[in-house]
Amino acid sequence: MSETTKEVMAPSPLDEEALQGAVAEALEAFAAAADLEQLKAARLAHTGEKSPLSQANAAIRDLAKDQKSAAGKLIGAARGQVNKALAARAAVLEEENDARILLEETVDVTAAPRRRRAGARHPLSVLQEQVSDIFVGMGWEIAEGPELESEWFNFDALNFQPDHPAREMQDTFFVEPPEAHLLLRTHTSPVQVRSMLERELPVYVLCPGKVFRTDELDATHTPVFHQFEGLAIDKGLSMADLRGTLEHFARQMFGDEAQIRLRPNYFPFTEPSAELDIWHPGAKGGPRWIEWGGCGMVNPNVLRAAGIDPEEYSGFAFGMGIERTLMFRNEVADMRDMIEGDIRFSEHFGMEI
Amino acid sequence: MRIPLSWLRDYTELPAGASAEDLMADLVRVGFEEEDVHRPADSISGPVVVGQVLSLVKEPQSNGKTINWCQVRVVPEGREQTLEGKGIDPSGVQGIVCGAHNFVEGDKVVVTLPGAVLPGDFHISPRKTYGHVSAGMIASARELGLGDEHDGIIVLSTLGLDPELGTDALELFGLKDEAAEINVTPDRSYAFSLRGVAREYAHATGTPFTDPATTVTVPAGLTGGFPVTLADDAPIYGVPGCDRFVARVVRGVDASRPTPQWMVSRLRLAGIRSISLPVDISNYVMLELGQPNHCYDLDTLDTGITVRRALPGERLVTLDDKDRELSGEDLVIADASGAIGIAGVMGGARTEVSDSTTDILVEAAHFDTVSIARSRRRHKLPSEASKRFERGVDWQLGPVAAQRVVDLLVELAGGTADDAGTDVGTAPSSVAVFLPAGFAAARIGVDYSTEQIVGSLTDLGATVEDTEGGWTVTVPSWRNDLVTKEDLSEEIARLVGYDTIPATLPVAPPGRGLSRVQKQRRRVLQALADAGLVEVMAYPFVSKASNDVFGTAEPGAPVPAVKLANPLSEEFGWLRTSVLPGLIEVAKRNISRGFRDLALYESGLVFLPSGEFGTASIPTLGAKPAEDVLDGLYNGIPEQPLHIGGLLVGKDSPAAPGNSPRAWDWSDALDAARVAADVLGVEVVVEQGAHQAFHPGRAARLSLRSGELVGYAGELHPKLLASLDLPARTVAFEIDGDVLFEAAADVVVAKHISTFPVATQDVALIVDGGLPAAHVQDALREGAGELLEDVALFDVYVGIGIPEGKKSLAFGLRFRAEDRTLTADEASEARAAAVALAAERFGAVQR
Repeated sequence: MSETTKEVMAPSPLDEEALQGAVAEALEAFAAAADLEQLKAARLAHTGEKSPLSQANAAIRDLAKDQKSAAGKLIGAARGQVNKALAARAAVLEEENDARILLEETVDVTAAPRRRRAGARHPLSVLQEQVSDIFVGMGWEIAEGPELESEWFNFDALNFQPDHPAREMQDTFFVEPPEAHLLLRTHTSPVQVRSMLERELPVYVLCPGKVFRTDELDATHTPVFHQFEGLAIDKGLSMADLRGTLEHFARQMFGDEAQIRLRPNYFPFTEPSAELDIWHPGAKGGPRWIEWGGCGMVNPNVLRAAGIDPEEYSGFAFGMGIERTLMFRNEVADMRDMIEGDIRFSEHFGMEI
Repeated sequence: MRIPLSWLRDYTELPAGASAEDLMADLVRVGFEEEDVHRPADSISGPVVVGQVLSLVKEPQSNGKTINWCQVRVVPEGREQTLEGKGIDPSGVQGIVCGAHNFVEGDKVVVTLPGAVLPGDFHISPRKTYGHVSAGMIASARELGLGDEHDGIIVLSTLGLDPELGTDALELFGLKDEAAEINVTPDRSYAFSLRGVAREYAHATGTPFTDPATTVTVPAGLTGGFPVTLADDAPIYGVPGCDRFVARVVRGVDASRPTPQWMVSRLRLAGIRSISLPVDISNYVMLELGQPNHCYDLDTLDTGITVRRALPGERLVTLDDKDRELSGEDLVIADASGAIGIAGVMGGARTEVSDSTTDILVEAAHFDTVSIARSRRRHKLPSEASKRFERGVDWQLGPVAAQRVVDLLVELAGGTADDAGTDVGTAPSSVAVFLPAGFAAARIGVDYSTEQIVGSLTDLGATVEDTEGGWTVTVPSWRNDLVTKEDLSEEIARLVGYDTIPATLPVAPPGRGLSRVQKQRRRVLQALADAGLVEVMAYPFVSKASNDVFGTAEPGAPVPAVKLANPLSEEFGWLRTSVLPGLIEVAKRNISRGFRDLALYESGLVFLPSGEFGTASIPTLGAKPAEDVLDGLYNGIPEQPLHIGGLLVGKDSPAAPGNSPRAWDWSDALDAARVAADVLGVEVVVEQGAHQAFHPGRAARLSLRSGELVGYAGELHPKLLASLDLPARTVAFEIDGDVLFEAAADVVVAKHISTFPVATQDVALIVDGGLPAAHVQDALREGAGELLEDVALFDVYVGIGIPEGKKSLAFGLRFRAEDRTLTADEASEARAAAVALAAERFGAVQR
């Protein structure tokens, strides 16, 4: 500051050398300004009213007329030089200043707060929707029904003889009073019966939903779980159609390399009946066949229960557990993780699995 | 069903060296799932040999015990000891300390020599004990894994055994045999026998099969035997409880003889404990042929046998020594003194064979499946016999099985069979099924050849006869599961192999995609997740107390709910009427795991019984019920609407630099509920609510414009939260999804969007402190008329300048016309009209 505020003798407006000296001083002062504040002081000192050039300029009016023009030119040139230098220096310093401010505004992005927590769908819901979408893509429709169901829809309509041990294969929750013949459905098959009764033929439906068995909760069992069952009723359907449908579905779920295997089994509602295994190349402990569900050709008695003539129509049905599918597809080791509602389980999956 | 491999070899050509795993791999192809492997050799290995006690010196010990210091010869005298190993004496005589006292010098015993490993990973080695080096052990039955007996060591003579010294005792007791355990589906009763499984093994592998039933010589026409009367006066579904009863008599048996080891070990591997020779024979024949049978002590029978239903008040002490009250539906075997057995389920104690029994009556009968199943369930008596009878037993097998028991009693127990015998009843006639040509091919999708069809069915034991257009198939008497052409098609597919079925993809008719409700549900559930809530799934089982609080708004009002007849836990024995109790359990579990800030939601059916509840009877199977019967079934199903609930605990976000978390409050719960309505485009009306589960001053009642209840949202009642051990200020909502889905417009009609300039004006009104802001807002909207585009509450003020008991509500009014630019006067007039109506209705005063 002291340098710029010292009293300077004003040069004569005609003294070109002196004027150039003032210009040189100004340019030096601008160049020496380290920031906009210093530049402002230098500007006042060298372009302000009391600056040598201003004073020299003011002195023009005291000159003789014939000298005024020459002095004007000299001073004009000198001031032009100074202003240009000032503008250039100002641009540089403003740029520097902007950059410094931006630098000062730097934050630690790794310390960012999470104000908006993303929620999560339950993986079982998402998987259920994915399975539904695959079948909807094949032209099938999604059918649903009540969880508290009539014993007839759950058993008799599905060809479970009243006193046959097969009826006890599915450990059933009954409700009070027993004379009301109501129960918690043990599979989503009652929805198949309802679909056959309520829909026009042919029927191609997938029935996902919650089912109930009196198993205590442990690592591989839960009294409440989810299934998806498929039913196709049409003219001329065969077990080869069943196999083709399951193969297509398996490949949608597990990739083009997926393989399935059918093994003979028994279900009252299908004849022939089969157990469905899927080849799991990435299974823990090495590639192997994994039991996935049951399937078969719909028993004629089931068609009759829905008023469908088994001589005219045939059909196939299949059913898999959603929990079981999630367990081996997404390597869930313990059934309890899926049903306890621990938020870590759902949040880990996000919205797509 | 457990299949000892040595036994299966009697009827099939199981390869030498085949393991239980190999057998199961073959059987799974014909429909028997693998269950387990029973291989004693996995837990016991030699040298375990027969030895003879040469000398025995009793040595009392300071601890009060007396031990025997024994010299035991384990190699015949004069023969070289070929076993080598630390502690095995080349002389062939071992010094062994034994604590048991049930043997004497000269007894042959089982010696586990050093190097042997016994069940429980028990390694035998020489050890110093009681001042001797004991180089081995004289074994008890339990130590060898043969049974529970541990009263003393095995004295081979008591088992009727006198083997050469040095004999491998593992062979002697069948411990080198193994069994495969397979799961038999409920339709294949015949596979609860070696006979049935051996046949299936032959199907699976194509190896020869010898039917054990054909190796028994049965005399033709049994007559003149023990008197048996079939007198069922109350058949179930018109089927007589017993349609065939074969009885034979063997006299002069020695029932106390030991059962031969080969039989004991096979039974043991099959999972059946040896009881006594007659009982073992009976069980052995049941396992071999699949025909349950029973041995009575003939001397205890009071004249003839009658098969009838139990009499009123009749009781029976069964073989398990339980005194049971019989039902009039129980089929019983009775003599003149009363019931002596529940037919096909369990015999009675009074007529049981004992060691002193000399004359035995053998029963091999055929019972109705339903009758047996009901008795078994009624008395909770799942027995080997009932398991087979309730699935169906070969009705031609009775005479064969009885003869087999008789033969074994004669051979092993030294009896003499009576020539006369009993075979009463009318067995059902053979079942013939017509199989149309091409049917199996069409159903399975494989073009089976005639050879494959006829060959498969013949292999099963069926008789196949060419008939016009197909075959008449007479199914074998042991296949009561084969009654339709579909059943036969499965057998053909099974025997030819499911792996030959090709894959063809049927094309469904054009579908309609997801239904409207399905799409709406997805939208709502996704929106809640997008809003930051985490979806969980709780069990729908709740306590009565939970239902009483969450199931109705009004305290003490009755909450009709469904009670489980057989809950897993008595406390949670009811079906939910609200999804909140489940969410609360989940929240508590998360809190206990260290998560204090939660936003949870669940969607699920709730169960609301009212009116009709079920049906008194249900229609029979295999036929479509009449329309009114079907209507009855439909109407009897209680209402099960989809409820969507949420629970917010703690704060809305984690504390972090630059973020001050906000505690969830009542309005967050309300907001979440409104999100659900918003995404469906449904307008809900919010009013001050009253629900016993909620804070009396901080609950909102949501309803449709029509007044129909949608649900509640707000802060849960502080006292309830305290009793539930949940954090204070926990908030929740629960709405009826079905009501929302139904209320949503099928097609949303677009609103005209005016692009004329907006005119905004604010107004502050002083009203009574208790007046709901929504009421004032409604009045403003109504009073302002159609120029008002929107009105929103932006501030509530109480304090200086506002009279006691009053509050100031500040609203922003947004005016716009459809067809012109509003003038300032027009907007002011509309505003004035709005204020005027609020003043008229509520005495509102402009501030």
